[in-house]
Amino acid sequence: MTKEEANIREEVLLISGCDVSRCMKCGKCSASCPAYDEFDIKPHQFASYIARGDMNALMQSKTIWNCLGCFACVERCPRDVRPGRLIDGVRQAAMRRRGGSHLQPEDIPSRIDPDTPQQLLMSVLRRERK
Amino acid sequence: MDLTYSYFPGCTLKTKARDLDVYTRKTAAALGADLVEIENWQCCGGVYPLGSDEVGNKLSSVRALNDAKEHGRDLVTVCSGCFHVLKRVNDDMKNVPDIRDRANRYAQLAEPYQGETRVLHYLEVLRDAVGFDTIRKKTLHPLTGHRIGAYYGCLLLRPSAILEFDDPEDPSVIEEFLEAVGATPVKYQMRNECCGGYRSLEEPAFTNRLVGKIFADAKASGCQELVTACPLCFYNLQKYDGPDKLRVRYISEVLAQALGIDERGEVR
Repeated sequence: MTKEEANIREEVLLISGCDVSRCMKCGKCSASCPAYDEFDIKPHQFASYIARGDMNALMQSKTIWNCLGCFACVERCPRDVRPGRLIDGVRQAAMRRRGGSHLQPEDIPSRIDPDTPQQLLMSVLRRERK
Repeated sequence: MDLTYSYFPGCTLKTKARDLDVYTRKTAAALGADLVEIENWQCCGGVYPLGSDEVGNKLSSVRALNDAKEHGRDLVTVCSGCFHVLKRVNDDMKNVPDIRDRANRYAQLAEPYQGETRVLHYLEVLRDAVGFDTIRKKTLHPLTGHRIGAYYGCLLLRPSAILEFDDPEDPSVIEEFLEAVGATPVKYQMRNECCGGYRSLEEPAFTNRLVGKIFADAKASGCQELVTACPLCFYNLQKYDGPDKLRVRYISEVLAQALGIDERGEVR
């Protein structure tokens, strides 16, 4: 673990408020996840990646942008590890860094249609841009 | 019982989800509830800011919650997204001293806001204040024979410890509502699974796959139609262009039909 990774880990633990040592690797989070197939690093792996400080892999994962924030994993976690909050913590750590915003404003016009609800645009902008 | 509430419509209900707003107001009026729109409300942000250190993105919710408090009313919203955000921010203001202190320093309210307001979804008003029995009695056009599935999605239910809306794994409030308007509620397994939410902007093929599974399950379980309270679920369900697609309506539109109310609020 590099010094930068140690800093990121500390930041993620603060942002998420989670205790990764509680995870017993049961896999219920991954089994519950509707976006499992879209993830390169799976929900049940997040706690151990963070425990060993493998933060660069998490920061560059597809998972942090594909997580739906649906909280199925958080609701169903038997140890209250709340994997969804860990994934979200890494997303925020990535986004808070310079150039870390995911979606660019110029990407938006071609993706909207006459029915696109404001709720969708607001949610994406809140989640993907700082 | 005084049925006067502060009402937070939210950004989407003023435009793309106008039906959800209009039929909520008209049905509430017909059922004796007064929804008083908060003046100068601001968008809740659509998603609850999960970071334990985030305060700025919660302030619009704090202002709405405080406005309801100052009027001595409960705060009602019908959009699942607004309900989710407002209720979670309210929980922070009640139970997380760091966020409460910092938010109050920013907001500079007459009195510090400490989570006093009760946040209600319109369905809770219908169930607990109006009463499903009243709705049953006032139903002029029962939806007899309509086999309708409730699509809850995620925002209304999880995390259940904070939202306290319904059983997160076996919810029933929308089914009870459907029964009250004379329909036949049909439970299906995926009614509390996510539609793909905001990923539909960047990955519509992905959300289309998720929605396809939901429709397939609903149809195989015998649903002829789905109802929702969430504009984003509604959009993602509507956009689906595969097999098994069912009609989708807002809960308030179904209620208006049962009560015989048109969009001008006149009884037919």
